[in-house]
Amino acid sequence: MPNQNKGVSFNWILKMAWRDSRKNRSRLLLFISSIVLGIAALVAVYSFRDNLEKDIDNQAKSLAGADLILDSRKMPEKEMQALLDTLGEERSTERSFASMIYFIKNQGSRLVQVRALEGKYPYYGTLETKPLNAGKDFQNGRTALVDKTLMLQYEANVGDSIKIGALNFKIEGALIEAPGQTGITSSIAPVVYIPLKYLEETGLTKIGSRIQYKYYYKFSRTSIVDQLVKKIEPQLKKADYGYETIASTKENTGRSFRDLSRFLALAGFIALLLGCIGVGSAINVYIKEKLSAIATLRCLGVKAKDAFLIFLVQIFFLGLIGAILGTALGTAVQFILPAVLKDFLPVAITIQLSWPAILQGISLGVIISVLFALPSLLSVRKISPLNALRASYEAPENAVDPLKWLVYGLIVLFIFGFTYLQMNRWTQAIAFTGSIVIAFLLLFAISRLLMWLVRKSIPSSMGYLWRQGFANLYRPQNQTLMLTVSIGLSTAFIGTLFFIQGILIKSVTLSSGKNQPNMVLFDIQSNQEAAVAKLTKDYHLPVMAQVPVVTVRIASINGKSAEDLAKADSLLNAKNGNKEKTETKGPSQSAFRNELRVTFQDTLTSAEKITEGKWEGKVAKPNDPVYVSIEENYAARLGVKIGDKITFDVQGVPISTVVGSFRAVNWNRMQTNFRIVFPTGVLEEAPQFHVLMTHVPNQQVSAKYQGAVVRTFPNVSLIDLGLILKVLDQLLSKIGFVIRFMAAFSMATGWIVLIASVLTSKNQRLKESILLRTLGASRKQILTINALEYLFLGAIASGTGLILALAGSWALAQFSFESAFSPTLLPILLLFVIITLLVTATGVFSSRKVLNRPPLEILREET
Amino acid sequence: MQDQAILEIKNVGKVYKSAGKSLAVLKDISFTVNKGSSVAITGASGSGKTTLLGLCAGLDKASSGEVILNNIHLNHLSEDELAATRNQNIGFIFQNFQLMPTLTALENVMVPMELRGEKNIRHAALELLDKVGLADRSHHYPIQLSGGEQQRVSLARAFSNRPAILFADEPTGNLDGETSIKIEKLLFDLNTKAGTTLVIVTHDLELASRTHRIIKLKSGELISDESVAHTQPV
Repeated sequence: MPNQNKGVSFNWILKMAWRDSRKNRSRLLLFISSIVLGIAALVAVYSFRDNLEKDIDNQAKSLAGADLILDSRKMPEKEMQALLDTLGEERSTERSFASMIYFIKNQGSRLVQVRALEGKYPYYGTLETKPLNAGKDFQNGRTALVDKTLMLQYEANVGDSIKIGALNFKIEGALIEAPGQTGITSSIAPVVYIPLKYLEETGLTKIGSRIQYKYYYKFSRTSIVDQLVKKIEPQLKKADYGYETIASTKENTGRSFRDLSRFLALAGFIALLLGCIGVGSAINVYIKEKLSAIATLRCLGVKAKDAFLIFLVQIFFLGLIGAILGTALGTAVQFILPAVLKDFLPVAITIQLSWPAILQGISLGVIISVLFALPSLLSVRKISPLNALRASYEAPENAVDPLKWLVYGLIVLFIFGFTYLQMNRWTQAIAFTGSIVIAFLLLFAISRLLMWLVRKSIPSSMGYLWRQGFANLYRPQNQTLMLTVSIGLSTAFIGTLFFIQGILIKSVTLSSGKNQPNMVLFDIQSNQEAAVAKLTKDYHLPVMAQVPVVTVRIASINGKSAEDLAKADSLLNAKNGNKEKTETKGPSQSAFRNELRVTFQDTLTSAEKITEGKWEGKVAKPNDPVYVSIEENYAARLGVKIGDKITFDVQGVPISTVVGSFRAVNWNRMQTNFRIVFPTGVLEEAPQFHVLMTHVPNQQVSAKYQGAVVRTFPNVSLIDLGLILKVLDQLLSKIGFVIRFMAAFSMATGWIVLIASVLTSKNQRLKESILLRTLGASRKQILTINALEYLFLGAIASGTGLILALAGSWALAQFSFESAFSPTLLPILLLFVIITLLVTATGVFSSRKVLNRPPLEILREET
Repeated sequence: MQDQAILEIKNVGKVYKSAGKSLAVLKDISFTVNKGSSVAITGASGSGKTTLLGLCAGLDKASSGEVILNNIHLNHLSEDELAATRNQNIGFIFQNFQLMPTLTALENVMVPMELRGEKNIRHAALELLDKVGLADRSHHYPIQLSGGEQQRVSLARAFSNRPAILFADEPTGNLDGETSIKIEKLLFDLNTKAGTTLVIVTHDLELASRTHRIIKLKSGELISDESVAHTQPV
């Protein structure tokens, strides 16, 4: 028996790995460069996340601006007011609501968020203004702080006047930043601060105005805040007050940015996955080329396991190098991320090295490159020493290599595990992993089908160059599978991002059609209804709808009030020992919490459809039952069924109703939609305001009409769909920029994978081309053969990728955005042509060596 | 002579299965090779020479019969045990040299010694390269050497682990006449000095005639096994 104990040392394996890599380093580095960008993207996102979390921690106080913030949509009652007046050592009061402001100098008007403030808020951080003192001084007189972008848009200067409601204010300063405000929030709803003492005089506090009441507190002993909040929580809940402390601000802000960084990390992960597919396929070809050397080593007595280890060590170190390069690049990219995301950030970011992110990046790079190289590396174990005697020797195929399947399983598990860590939800992780696996399998199947079809269908009558070009797609050592998968997946990813952006923009643009309303006037008082309609008609604008809106609350459902339900819940919890929540059917407590805005009408609008029960549009006699109609999803949330009894509190007056029907509502339509609709004959006398919808043909008419409305009815607010579209477009282009920034990593990775795979297959193609050159083929002929192969490959890969992207986007449009999906042909064609040409150009470029130099010279070099 | 046998082939057969069909490449081959002797296995292309060499050297397993090398029954060994046997007992010379393209000439020669865990091997490897006349090319890669030079490195590598038996598969098959003569001379000289048993697979009758014995194969069967009379010692 041979001496079994005497195996080779690990040092020798390291030495061999080093020696063997010497002649292949540039090639191996090219393979591994596929993962560099993916790792870079992830490290940048992780570093950014870590820095952001630190900054949120450090700046939480100035994010909140106060130790405690209480807020409600309800004016405090006596008891509550007493509580509000006793909290904290310093306090400020704010009332905020949406309203129109009118720039007197240039006669422009705009819907803004008015914040009427009294007190020294913010206690932490500042109202950053220009001039500097304006943040403090504006409360001294009838002056306002106006959002700086808004001032720029309306060419307003400090000292100019604006009109809010019935009152004029002098602009004291431009508001640059307020606590917790981001670029995005200010572009959606620009803020205007006025002193609270002038609010009543504006006339904007009448019933119907949706005012938010906010109270800011500063405590000398901040440590008692959390305890205090716990103590007063039942009281706050009863009075419908929410609260925010520095800790909760930190948690809430952190949570929303964790979601953002999760999305960014997933985008980076897709780039990494693409790179890994490239690495895996390149290593596959690399190992095939090493067959003879491995067989010789086996002849010389190297065990299968040791031969495998030599290449595993190589890949490990290459993965490490790739990961380190990626990490270094990622650390540099994180300096750019705050600039990319500046509009979304509530805090100033301090950039510093994040060692956890660096460690994560490096370990991820090593694990993933080894994992994806393993299926090819495992075949090293199966290389027979007989290959040294006969190059053509083929070991009897073992149909199933259990280790390979184990590795495939690990890869899927790794993708799933990583996705789960990012998303924290099983369903999303399964959906993401499933989509990647399905896309991969589809591309795999398509490339197989393609090879089979080409093999079967090339007509012998076809010219030699075409036949040769097509035959390259299925002949041994072809790159059809790898290129189809890698290019296809990159195209699918990029295409999906592009289409989704299109769906979002289109769904908004569609609602701005000629026959659709594009301007909404609200807060119209009953006594103004006719006059506003007349003014609208005076401007030759159609009154497309006039809808009354009544604010109500649910007082009881089937006789049970909020208190009864709370009691029942606590009894149930006590019974279960508070161990677990038992799912109870029927109305939930949350149904009673919020104010509801309802309307009354005798007929359904075109956006509404009865799905259950019967629509009753009119209550004929005072004592007849009042049948209300509830939107189906809201009904499910309330836990009510047809025939249930609901009592509404209509500003102090109880009104008993019966659930008569459920409705499906198309919320995407630009019109007023309501969760609960009353029949006519019930709410006509209740306090209400009205909404009017019209269609303005252009910007000029819009500006004139808005000016007239604001001047004549200062309490009425307008929503201009054109403006919303503009803001949304800005918002989407900002989001789109972030998405494109992350997608760029995938695109660049796809490009590197393409170059790596073309260069990998180069050796095989080179030998054939040299042979053809030797046999007398012209430059043009060889060029045509190569171009045809890559043209066809590029077309199939990008075509399949685009089909996948279209299918994915259709599914998202159908099931997630509930919107029609009709992509435009031109961008699809353009994407298809660009990617196909890119593949062809790269393929042809790689064969230029053969075209320009004598065959023997290349042969000597490549042997 | 039985106690001096280094290689015993007993009723060896090899059947390949391909696409559901069986193909008998070797049929009931038996012979013995004594220590220190040299044997040529000859035959036309497709006669089974290389397959037989693969079985003798433990590169493949026989479908039937027994292969005993240096008193080790190869049929019963695992792949790893076969690898260890090759490293400790066997040297190889291949028709296409099979040098590791990523290793220098010196490193190629050192590999078998390194595998045995030997120390201070650099000097021994350089000596071997010197013996084949390539000491000054030790740091060249195979691609930088001519075919004859590559085969000389291959010879140095084959003798580097002082093998009990050396298998050569068409060692001059890829070389021109003049270089072939030089390589043959070197092969036999080194073999004589090292006292190694030599098994050569060749269809070159002139090369075969320089060995002690010629075994002829035809269609997978042993058709003759004859000693060669030499006027001069080989």
